[in-house]
Amino acid sequence: MADALTAPVAATPARADGALRETAALVAVWGTAALIAGVFLWILGELVWNGVGALSWEYLTSAPREAGRAGGIAPILVSTLAILGVCLAATVPIAFGSAVFLAEYTSDAGRFGRVVRTSLDVLAGVPSIVFGLFGNAFFCRTLGLGFSILSGGLTLACMALPLVIRSTEEGLRAVPREYRMGAAALALSRTTTLFRLLLPAAVPGLTAGLVLGIGRALAETAALIFTSGYVDRMPSSLLDSGRALSIHVYDLSMNVAGGDRNAYASALVLVGLLLLVNGVAGALSALWRRRLAAP
Amino acid sequence: MTKPAQKPVLEFGTVKPGARPWAPLEERPKCCEPRPFVRTEGLSVFYGSRAAIREVSLSVNRGCITALVGPSGCGKTSFLCALNRMTDLIPGAKVYGRVELSGEDILDAGADVVALRRRVGMIFQKPNPFPLSVRRNLELPLREHGVRDRSAIEEKVERALRDVGLWEEVKDRLDAPAQALSGGQQQRLCIARALALDPEALLFDEPCSALDPLAAGVVEDRIASLRGRYSVVIVTHNLAQARRIADWVALFWMIDGAGRLVEYGSSKAVFEAATHPITAAYISGIRG
Amino acid sequence: MPHPGRDRALLWTLRLFAVSSVAIVLLVVAFVSGESAPALAEVGPVRFFSDPSWHPASGFFNMVPMLAGTVLVSAGALLLAAPLGVLSAIFLQFYAPPALRSYWRNLIGLLAGIPSVVYGFWGLVSLVPLINRLHPPGQSLLAGILVLALMVLPTIALLSDAALESVPAHYLRSAAALGLSRWGTVSGVVLPAARGGILTGVALAAARAVGETMAVLMVCGNVVRMPEGLFDPVRTLTANIALEMAYAGSAHRSALFVSGLALLAIVALGAGFSEAARRKVVANG
Repeated sequence: MADALTAPVAATPARADGALRETAALVAVWGTAALIAGVFLWILGELVWNGVGALSWEYLTSAPREAGRAGGIAPILVSTLAILGVCLAATVPIAFGSAVFLAEYTSDAGRFGRVVRTSLDVLAGVPSIVFGLFGNAFFCRTLGLGFSILSGGLTLACMALPLVIRSTEEGLRAVPREYRMGAAALALSRTTTLFRLLLPAAVPGLTAGLVLGIGRALAETAALIFTSGYVDRMPSSLLDSGRALSIHVYDLSMNVAGGDRNAYASALVLVGLLLLVNGVAGALSALWRRRLAAP
Repeated sequence: MTKPAQKPVLEFGTVKPGARPWAPLEERPKCCEPRPFVRTEGLSVFYGSRAAIREVSLSVNRGCITALVGPSGCGKTSFLCALNRMTDLIPGAKVYGRVELSGEDILDAGADVVALRRRVGMIFQKPNPFPLSVRRNLELPLREHGVRDRSAIEEKVERALRDVGLWEEVKDRLDAPAQALSGGQQQRLCIARALALDPEALLFDEPCSALDPLAAGVVEDRIASLRGRYSVVIVTHNLAQARRIADWVALFWMIDGAGRLVEYGSSKAVFEAATHPITAAYISGIRG
Repeated sequence: MPHPGRDRALLWTLRLFAVSSVAIVLLVVAFVSGESAPALAEVGPVRFFSDPSWHPASGFFNMVPMLAGTVLVSAGALLLAAPLGVLSAIFLQFYAPPALRSYWRNLIGLLAGIPSVVYGFWGLVSLVPLINRLHPPGQSLLAGILVLALMVLPTIALLSDAALESVPAHYLRSAAALGLSRWGTVSGVVLPAARGGILTGVALAAARAVGETMAVLMVCGNVVRMPEGLFDPVRTLTANIALEMAYAGSAHRSALFVSGLALLAIVALGAGFSEAARRKVVANG
């Protein structure tokens, strides 16, 4: 729209200095875009170029040897998914409950709603390493969970919460007000209105929130170092320490001489997982929207 | 547009060829003797510190169609919303005074809002079918209010759809999304949805103003056909519409920054022998 | 009439969930300050600035070099990322061919989604050797700034994009009616109108930069010393926690929590400032 409005204007002859400025701006803007795209391709290309050779079915299904220099990442994948599972199990109910509360029961001026919203803003700004400190002090020590998948997952849940709540709340607020009025005029209970009308219509927002949360949890490293720990054996319970994929990348590249090759492969797997989550969620969301919308 | 071009334009509405557009009003209401259904006493609605309406006292008669007319922003919709407590949903809205339904004050904190809204349904300016199938739109409120029996539901669905003249149009696509219907069909579906709950009264908030003229005519006919069976209150900007369908007319006007009731009486009295100068000016198109 | 009971139960359940978000914030603040209390009591706040060095095992707790590291890396990254991010948004809204736009949004979204450990790894294996060739050792303030700038760029780009998008269309129409050129419209009308949203984006990016751990940990060299130039290694507060937490004894551990508390304070201050700035911008129209 902006383009259609401004394009013919830009084509009108201007004074010489104006034309010069216009050209300079054009070069700067396109140059920036090219730079960003170039660096992106550089990162991705480097990961794929160096990582894809080490990647194999065996790499995904065998245990690491020699501190990760050889062998695969099977126990690490299991730990990563277990941490993610714990995180989601804690996040989803709390986030959906809070989001519904914020969107449906509080106004922007309400006091309790304001307290909750401010808390979430604070939580969203807390650096992940501080969450790591908190998780270590609270989950590992005070609750006695030790270095474990449970501690790590719960710490991640605290981090993901504000993201998921925000996005879910926005999804709910985007549901047209007419539905609520219509439902009230038909004397439907708020429970029915919520579960039959609002939540189904808000599914794209919910999915977006979940994807953000999963993305954050998968990508996180700093908060896990002192909560879920480094142990790269196959975990046998949620109370075992388990090494997440992101920590594996870190450890291989920083602490293990000659671990670069496998670090590339692990980083590629990590990025691949994130892309997969994004892609699947995008497809689901589109499908849902098509089902909901009028043909 | 696939319709044949020679289709008569004026096939809708109550205007018959040859009739004068504003036929003289017969002394309605016959079907509804003036027996009050809802009575308001000193009803005021505030949004924050601003009064939308102030001190409105009015009786809506049972079985009649009552039209609320007046320029925009003079509180007609606020008055309407107070009648079934939709004002509860508007943040910052406060309602004072009395609204009496069957002798009970529905503004009372202990009043049963759910029961009230079942008795007094509402239809909005913009058709608002839920994003469900046609059938589910009607089923959802029925089930919510305790109708579980399949055949009873089907019967009520069909009756409500027939009542608004939609049955023949949608009976083969009851499971299609309601939002695939045309605007006029959607609005009639919303009316059917309210009728399915067997209300005593229906409130209409400018039900035709978001529709094209043809669809508006059809919807208007359906509303007119409710006379005698339901008490109807309809907000409209369209004086001609009020003249066509209303038994009673209430004129709201903005006075001192708040909506006030200026004149209320039978349609004939208001349109042909208005007592208040504002009414006379408004009716004749001088003001407003 | 089953609703009122069911509705009340629902409301209380929802309230309970909402309260738990507040509880987590309180817990975070309580535990981080609780764990730092011993160090603050024994060492006192002054010695974190005045001690001769950072050797917690020997009882020296000078955090200034790490504080400086955090500030320098973050400021450098922002200086670099802010103009690039805004230009990216301008590209998207006013210069990119329509067919390219959705791809560009996706690309920025992907950049935002790449884990920090992957950025750090990439910096370590490709950027650091390049810088090393220019000026050893390679792991340096400069490497940190470059990697961090890349990481916060998507935040600024996405929020600036949203800010530009929300500029009312009639501004653009009247700019066009006045015969403004494309860049004239952008610099004269759009950027001033969107500056509140852009500032919010930069502030969020600043918070993210200050709090970032893994990427800076991997490329900055982590020497506890005041850097004298772009090519000197630095250690940030966050990297310090990540490096030393594993073997920290009790006083040391408490001191690390103090630096965590300091990070919280910096982020909270920044949020306060940006909120105040945003209000002022909004108030000034």
